[in-house]
Amino acid sequence: MALRHGRGVAAINYPTGMNLGGDPTQALVHSTPTGNFMVSLSSVDLGQGLKHIMAQLCAETIGVPTERVIVDTADTDTGPHCMGTFASRGTHRAGNAVIAASREARQVMLEVAATALEVNADDLDTDGQGNIHVKGAPSRAISIMDTALVAHFKQGRSISGRGIFLVPRSYPDAATGAMKPATCYAHACTVADVEVDDETGEVRVLAVKNVFEVGRALNPKIVEQQLVGGSWMGISHALYETTEPYYPSREHGPTDFNEYLMPGPGDLAQTETYVLERPAADGPYGAKGPGEMCANPQIPAIANAIFDAVGVRIDVMPITPERILKALLEKAAASPGAAS
Amino acid sequence: MELRKTYFADERRDDLKEIGQSRPRSDAFGHVTARTAFFADRTFPGTLHLKMVRSPHHHARIRAIDTSEAERHPGVVRVLTAKDVPHNLYTVLSLIQVGPEDEHVLAEEKVRWKGEAVVAVLAETPRAAFEGVAKVRIDYEPLPAVLDMEAALAPGAPLVNERHGGNYYHYDSGSSRKVRLGDVEDGFRQADHILEQTYASAPIEHAPTETTGCIVVPEGNERFTCYTNTQAMFFTLDNASIILQMPGHKLHMVGGTVGGGFGGKVDVIVEPIAILGSKLTGRPVSFIYGREEEMQISSPRAAERIVLKDGVTRDGRIVARQVHCYVDAGAYSRHSPYGTQKGAAHFPGPYTIPNVSIDSFCVYTNRTPSSAMRGFGVTIGDFALEVQMDKLARLIGMDPIEFRLINAYRDGDLKAHRQPTEGAALIECMQEASRVTNWPIADRFFELSSRTRRD
Amino acid sequence: MAKVAIRFLLNGSEKAEFVESGTTLLDVLREKLADFSPKGGCLQGTCGACSVLVDGEIRLACLTLAETCEGCTIETAGGLAKDGVLHPLQIAFADGFATQCGFCTGGMIVASKALLDRNPAPSREDVIEAISGNVCRCTGYEPIIGAVLAAARANSTNKA
Repeated sequence: MALRHGRGVAAINYPTGMNLGGDPTQALVHSTPTGNFMVSLSSVDLGQGLKHIMAQLCAETIGVPTERVIVDTADTDTGPHCMGTFASRGTHRAGNAVIAASREARQVMLEVAATALEVNADDLDTDGQGNIHVKGAPSRAISIMDTALVAHFKQGRSISGRGIFLVPRSYPDAATGAMKPATCYAHACTVADVEVDDETGEVRVLAVKNVFEVGRALNPKIVEQQLVGGSWMGISHALYETTEPYYPSREHGPTDFNEYLMPGPGDLAQTETYVLERPAADGPYGAKGPGEMCANPQIPAIANAIFDAVGVRIDVMPITPERILKALLEKAAASPGAAS
Repeated sequence: MELRKTYFADERRDDLKEIGQSRPRSDAFGHVTARTAFFADRTFPGTLHLKMVRSPHHHARIRAIDTSEAERHPGVVRVLTAKDVPHNLYTVLSLIQVGPEDEHVLAEEKVRWKGEAVVAVLAETPRAAFEGVAKVRIDYEPLPAVLDMEAALAPGAPLVNERHGGNYYHYDSGSSRKVRLGDVEDGFRQADHILEQTYASAPIEHAPTETTGCIVVPEGNERFTCYTNTQAMFFTLDNASIILQMPGHKLHMVGGTVGGGFGGKVDVIVEPIAILGSKLTGRPVSFIYGREEEMQISSPRAAERIVLKDGVTRDGRIVARQVHCYVDAGAYSRHSPYGTQKGAAHFPGPYTIPNVSIDSFCVYTNRTPSSAMRGFGVTIGDFALEVQMDKLARLIGMDPIEFRLINAYRDGDLKAHRQPTEGAALIECMQEASRVTNWPIADRFFELSSRTRRD
Repeated sequence: MAKVAIRFLLNGSEKAEFVESGTTLLDVLREKLADFSPKGGCLQGTCGACSVLVDGEIRLACLTLAETCEGCTIETAGGLAKDGVLHPLQIAFADGFATQCGFCTGGMIVASKALLDRNPAPSREDVIEAISGNVCRCTGYEPIIGAVLAAARANSTNKA
């Protein structure tokens, strides 16, 4: 009887956006009189930081600091349509809509500034700090605040833009299944180290090393939040979670957090996260959806590590101590005399 | 977290001003001061609380419903049954032309899973509502139930849902969504080894810390404002509009700040009935799931059963992969026909295999309807695929990362669903994993690239 | 049902209410006093989102009868920032990206404050123990543990 160490690997990919497309999202952007920018949406922030990422995307595109962007979302009286926050689509679909709307608003902003500076709009650029200047002549400049004031009160122009992003719907061929499920895919590879108690069947995940390819980490700390939390959920799915522990029996279903098992703060694996970026051709600044895929590769990596540790395959999720112990006993019974 | 910038550096601009910067989250101040307003963080005078009478049977005919005692109970203001719901038969994906309508907002004639909503009780306090629920009398005639997918698909099984005419979803391709590439039988003949294995999972709960719910307020202009934690504002508005036969301009959804979703808040279950309650009483209505409802009533991630049969050559090429995937939808469709189809598109995984046959079945059972969850249609498939890859590697005595690298898809490779691969990066993820874990692989595998066409 | 008069100090200000006997502290805070910082995540005492401090001790407001708080001092997450100045835990949670959806955050911070108030220099194990009654579904806990330890370090630096 011993604690046995094992290592396993798994690699996966994951589609960004609603399967087969047909899932539009819109955005509207306008400037306030003092040159702050309002993004109007109906997309939902589930805690992944969607509102903040939309502000960063608008800021980058318009050419202002992120704190000058306000996101007003998820009021159906004021926000244009969004299909919803699911299928790793929020950043990709809403992000593209915000960029399109911001580009249109930026163009008007540059035209207003061009009139004020008596130059051509094509000759203007932004410095990202809230100023517009003539390319190659930084002293010929106007602030975005003054530009917005001029637009509102002198030129009578609305610095605003509209954006929509739609991946056209694909219909699978009935006979062959030929179809276009998604336009881009995130990727991951996980290596898990586990320790299995071959007397009790208990598993401790010692470490997971996750490599994720996310297209573009628009805000690396927010991406890290998703990836670390997702990795925890993957471990939880692999070893702990179910609403029906004796499926297909409906008995013994948990109804509270004492019975529904998840790893607590004392059960954490040492987690390392590495991020690669291969920009998606149609991603907002190349981004793909990282939110779902990051919870998948840990599950098979852990299953494979358990086999590596104790030589039994558990092909049913969750991989509970009960299932491991049964498999170990069956294995021992099949080869009597063999030391475990 | 470490960014590995050397990979694909020539495809990326790294000189952007805001993008790529770890700006502090603009919602952090609200979160840490606990001032962020979630849907339930508001009170309205005179709010009624909605609690549901639920089926105690997996499958039963409803002979009679007697709500008279509940209606007389102190504090109970209104009791709703199926006849109060204008368009009681619905399915959420009718908005994207995935039918048929197969579920009742409140059960009529039959219940098809243990926990199905039958009667809604609206009362002055949660306690009075619970007491009212206990006083509703329903006469059931229990019917034979089918709880597992194999039994459901067996000949002569009790029919779970009459709207489908069989215990599986009918795609235009038949009883399953099919994907076919090459000839799997021919592939198996070319193989040195064939491995057929079965994988399975049990349902999983989203477990957001904030349970599903909404508060509906009747406005003076005959509109209804619904504060909700739905993951999809207009999806909820449009489905509510259909169920209530109420023009969309009468509805106003407010939300967007949600205490975790993970796919559990896309089903449009609480909003329509709460809006109806508000309409019929003229008062604000709060319908918020208890934790036990969140865990046993709200849709879980579906249980799946996946049979993989692979043919592999001695030198590590997968030459054929056959997939039979069964998704336990429970008693009603919700998002399961969509998720099953997403699974069919995901198989055979990120590997280039010349001969593929995939059949994904969406199966009905007398169970809690399943629906979307983080990794929808894919998570359990990846478990099966990647454990199978480990078994195949061991079967032919090859390192599991090297085996995957040999088969990993690259730009230009044709996928099973006949799209050419673009933007692949699986090889690079594995190369980096090998580096950071000191997992030894042969040098030639570090020379592979997702951007180099397969020979 | 009979109403009971209760008085307590909530985040430094005196409160007096008539409540029905059997009303939970959580309901009084949220429904009567509009302090929405404690959340009703389970109403079963298993998630910790409603954690508050009663006379400095951590309590689950969903399982605490309001009438047992007569004359007590109650602190909630909503009262931790004083005059617009954030508590070190709040700064550490924000700086450490330790919040995602934010629903558990108030309870986490209250549980952590209970720890730091009695043990200003906790070990990692002490932090784990202190927050083990609080469920978070987003973060995987590691950033939260890190934030509490960072707040403790910041506190000791400030006092040094």
